[in-house]
Parts: sequence; structure tokens; C-alpha cells
Amino acid sequence: MSKKFIPGVISANDLREGHVVYMNDAGQWVLRLRDAAFLDDPVIAEMWLNIANAQTEKVVGAYLAPATLGPNGPEPAHFREAFRATGPSIELPHSNLARS
Amino acid sequence: MFQPSDFDSAAIRARAAQFRSQVARRLDGSLTEDEFKPLRLMNGLYLQLHAYMLRVAIPYGTISARQMRQLAKIADAWDRGYGHFTTRQNIQFNWPKLVDVPDMIDALADVGMHAIQTSGNAIRNTTTDAFAGAAADEIADPRPYAELIRQWSTDHPEFQFLPRKFKIAINGARADRAAIRAHDVGLQLVERNGEIGFQVFVGGGLGRTPMIGKELRDFLPAADLVPYLESVVAAWNLAGRRDNKYKARIKITVHELGIEAFSDLVEAEFSARRAAFKGADQAILAGLKAQFAPPSLPARESVSFETALNVDALLRDWAARSVSAHRNPDYAVVTVSLKDHGAPPGDATSDQMRLLAELAERYGQSELRISHEQNVILPHVAKADLPALFETLRKGGLATANIGLTSDIIACPGMDYCALATARSIPLAQQIATHFRDLGLEQEIGTLKIKISGCINACGHHHLGHIGILGLDRAGVENYQITLGGDAAETMALGERAGPGFAYTEVIPALERLLRAYLDLRQSQAESFLEALRRLGPEPFKDALYQEAQRHAAQ
Repeated sequence: MSKKFIPGVISANDLREGHVVYMNDAGQWVLRLRDAAFLDDPVIAEMWLNIANAQTEKVVGAYLAPATLGPNGPEPAHFREAFRATGPSIELPHSNLARS
Repeated sequence: MFQPSDFDSAAIRARAAQFRSQVARRLDGSLTEDEFKPLRLMNGLYLQLHAYMLRVAIPYGTISARQMRQLAKIADAWDRGYGHFTTRQNIQFNWPKLVDVPDMIDALADVGMHAIQTSGNAIRNTTTDAFAGAAADEIADPRPYAELIRQWSTDHPEFQFLPRKFKIAINGARADRAAIRAHDVGLQLVERNGEIGFQVFVGGGLGRTPMIGKELRDFLPAADLVPYLESVVAAWNLAGRRDNKYKARIKITVHELGIEAFSDLVEAEFSARRAAFKGADQAILAGLKAQFAPPSLPARESVSFETALNVDALLRDWAARSVSAHRNPDYAVVTVSLKDHGAPPGDATSDQMRLLAELAERYGQSELRISHEQNVILPHVAKADLPALFETLRKGGLATANIGLTSDIIACPGMDYCALATARSIPLAQQIATHFRDLGLEQEIGTLKIKISGCINACGHHHLGHIGILGLDRAGVENYQITLGGDAAETMALGERAGPGFAYTEVIPALERLLRAYLDLRQSQAESFLEALRRLGPEPFKDALYQEAQRHAAQ
């Protein structure tokens, strides 16, 4: 019935600004994947996910994003998560007047 | 040019104020995301991979210079200085912050624009031929009818809980430049015994179950358009499936019931509904026709343009791709490419938007169009002004002479932006464009439509590409299926899958083998890729695609 558990990190989008965020060991939302809490225990992962989902005033769409643990912290386990972590793979168009 | 009525302006302002209040309540915690999501989607606001995305309606792809300038201002003030024109003739901003969106919506309302019904299970923006009202091969201008449909469908009380989204396209010319039979309803303006009417198609669509629309009426008198459309949507609203979102579109309803049975449902609705229409729609239509009347174009000489063509090879190359016949022989329809080699297809910077607005004011009756092929059209340019227009476009990086060629690719945003995507689209489009330019083969290959989708939902219309590319996730790796023989024109056809997919780095070499095979196989330079494919069948092209792969497999 339940899907096979895949280790990962809690990720979501920031409610006010929309950017990608991750939850760290202290339950705070941070910008870098490598700073996220790595969750390889299904029970703990579900507990953290429940905590994240309760923070509807801060984030949108929290989920367990597949990751592996590398030497500097969690790393993406799927190319979608790699793009979420680093932004578009292309150079963005730019004009002279735009804000940075 | 069409101006929104006071009623429309007030409705847009009221909706903007309503959405501002909804955003405030979401931010202060009064609304949960589950409560807020349908409200934001009703106003075109998605949450994508890296950010929110605001999809703004450009009704039937028609936009004024003033509105284009406002889009540039919005891109600079609240986004990252660019926007993305879509295959549905809309524009998307990729980086808005939720806290800024109410200001963006207000700025849109300042110029009569909005994001209403650009998302969700609604009747979406009616799309048309981007050359409407200007093309030499036009039977009638589809835009008054498209605007009538916009007014009828906006907040229509009966259609607030449709099974799924609903897309209508109208074409008024002999050539189909609106891909009408790939829509839930496709309308072709026709003339019969001096009377204008519509050939009506239903149940077309792409996505995971691609289908070409079937004829529902061979001639619908133009005066019956709104009650008839209402009958089609009403029949589907009742008969359409709500148990499975993948089977909810009208194409499945028509497919499962059969066109005759579905037609019976429509006609049963129509007999009752037709009687309820007492002429208000026709009075509105008459007013719209006056507003969409062709601009008065003074007579201009065109000899200077012919002379310039003879001496300026760059102008000649550009004109050969970008200039189309206008109904007034002194004038031309100009397609400005948003597909500079190596640039993301359909993206325009705010500087480019301002330049296009300025050129529309200087040379083009202050009018612009967005094509479903993600380019920008100046519909009424005097031929005498074309050399000066070309020079200005060239300085602004907008004079790429590639319309209809290999690099004029339709591509969805793909996994560089989209939360639904299963693979990237844009970098492939960029690489294809630069690769064939660098090989010097683009002119040689000639007319070719490549269309790329980053998931099965087919926003990049890959089924309709002469060469279609569909990006998928195969066991955690990007993989691209190639289809051959699709066609978006009046000779519409769905491409057929050529065989197993290719890894990201294998796509360009495979396409090069395919297109070199075409150059060897064609009868003459006049035979396009699609014509050669139709004459020979797919086998020799598949052999070329898979030759290298088979060799690897055999090793």
C-alpha cells in the first residue's frame, strides 16, 4: 500500500516569495540543500513532514525530496531536485533596466 | 483598435481588488493554502519549481503598443526583466513574489489587462491567427468573434464547475495558422453563398491522448455562434467525465460517445438555447466588428522596398522569412523572431518589449500580435518602411531571419521552470538552433517545424511538429522521444513515435543524422522535410535516426 521509503530532506516553497526552501536540524527553513536535515528514518521523516505541513503561514507544498548524504551534507538524488536546488540550467535573459 | 468597455474595466478592477484582499488574507494566515490555491489559479497564479508564475491573458494574441510597454514595466518592477510568450498567445512572468502580485495585477488593469481564466477548469483565452485582420488570404477577421466569446465565457455562471479546462481557437484565413483542430473546439470561418459561417470541429487536443478535432457542423451560420458554443459546452458539462481528470476533456467525451451521439446532445441543447437568444449577442457583435474594422492605411509606394531588396542581401534574407502578404499590396505583415539562435524560445526582455512597442507606434498602427509559434507580429507595416524597420530590429537583436526554419522552435518552459515537467526543453531548443546554424545547414534544410515538450501534457505541441521531441523521466534520467510527421496546418496530422527515446546528449547527433538523411533523400530543394517524409514514409528516416544507436547496440 505505502510507497517504498526514499531518504531525503524536507523541501517546500516560501509562501511570500516562492523560492525553494529546506528544513534544517533545528526545524528552520534555509535556502541551501546542503544545510538541510537529512532524513533516513521513515518515522522521523513523517514526523518532520507533519511539522512542515503545519507551517502553512510560512511555506507551500512541503514534501520529502529524495536526497543522498554527501561529504558536505545532503545532495539531490534526482535531476529534478538538482534543478530545484540550483535554479534553471540556462542563462536567463536580461535587460538593462531590470532589478537584479 | 478594440478598447475594453467601462463594464470590462470595472470588472477587471473589481477582480484586482478582490484578489488583493485574498492575498492579504493568505499572508495573514486567515486562508490556508488549500483554500487559497483555487483563488490564485482563478487569477493565473501558479507555483512552479523555483517561484510563482503569473500567466497574463493576451486575448486572441492582440496587444497594443501601450500594453506591451506596460508588460515591460511589470517585468522590470516585479520580475527579472523579461517575460515568456506562450503557445496560447499569452505571456508568463516567471519570478513574481506573492506579496507583489496584487500590484502587478493593478498595473495590468491600468491598461485593460488581467490574468482571469488563464488557469483552472475554465474556458481559456480564445486563440486565433496572429495575422488576423491583415492577411491576404483571409475570409473574415476572427477577432470580433473571439472577443464575443471572451465576453460570453468570462465568469459565465453555468460554466463555473467544468470537468476540465476548455480551449477554443478560431481561424479566419484559408491557411490554418491557429491549429484549430488541436483544440476542444476549433472554428474555421467559411463563406457559403455569400453568407459567413463556421465549420465547427470538436474534441481535438494534445496532451497524453492526442486527437484531431472531428467535424461537428459543416456550416454554422455566424449568428448562431454563441448559442451553439453554449450548447457544446453544456453538453460536455453534463456528459463529461469527472471521475478521472485524464478522461475529463471533451476529446474523451466525443471519443467515447462517438461524434453522432455527441452531436445529438449538442443539437438537443441548441434547439432550446437558440430560442433564448433574442439578439443582444448580435448587437454586441456589430459593435465589435466596428471596433475591429481595419485601420485606414494610406497608399504608399513600394518601389523603394523592391530596390532595397536588390542591393541589401541581409534585408533580402530577413524579408524572405519574416515578411508575409498583406491584403493591401502597399503593406506587409511582419513576423519578428523571438528565436534568436541560442536564446530561450518565446522569451523577450523588457528592452525588446519596449523596442517592439516603439516600432509598432512608428510603423505599425500601434498594434502587435503574439503568435502561437511564440513570435511577435507587426500586422500593418508599409513596405516602404520595411528597410528602416529591419535596421532598427537588427540593432535591437530582433532581426533573426529564421521564421519557419530549423531554429524557429516551439518549446515549453520544461524543467527549467515548470513543476509538471519531466525533462528540460529550453536547452535542447538552444542547442538545436546553434548546432544547425554552426553547421551552415539551416537555410539548406529550409522549412522545418520542430516542437519540444518537457512532459506528456504537450504545451510545446510536440505531436504537431514535423519533428516532435518529448522529454520524459526514464528511471531518473532525462530521455527524449522523437515523433515524425506531425503538422499543425490545415493538413493537420499527429506525429508518429519513431522508436526508443534518446538520452539528452544523444538528441542533437540523432537529429543531425535525420536531417542529413533528408537532404540526401529529397527530390529537390523545393521538397520540404515533411513532404519528403510523406512521399517516402518514415522508414528511411527511422533508419537514419537509429543507425548509430544500432551500431552501438551491436558492439
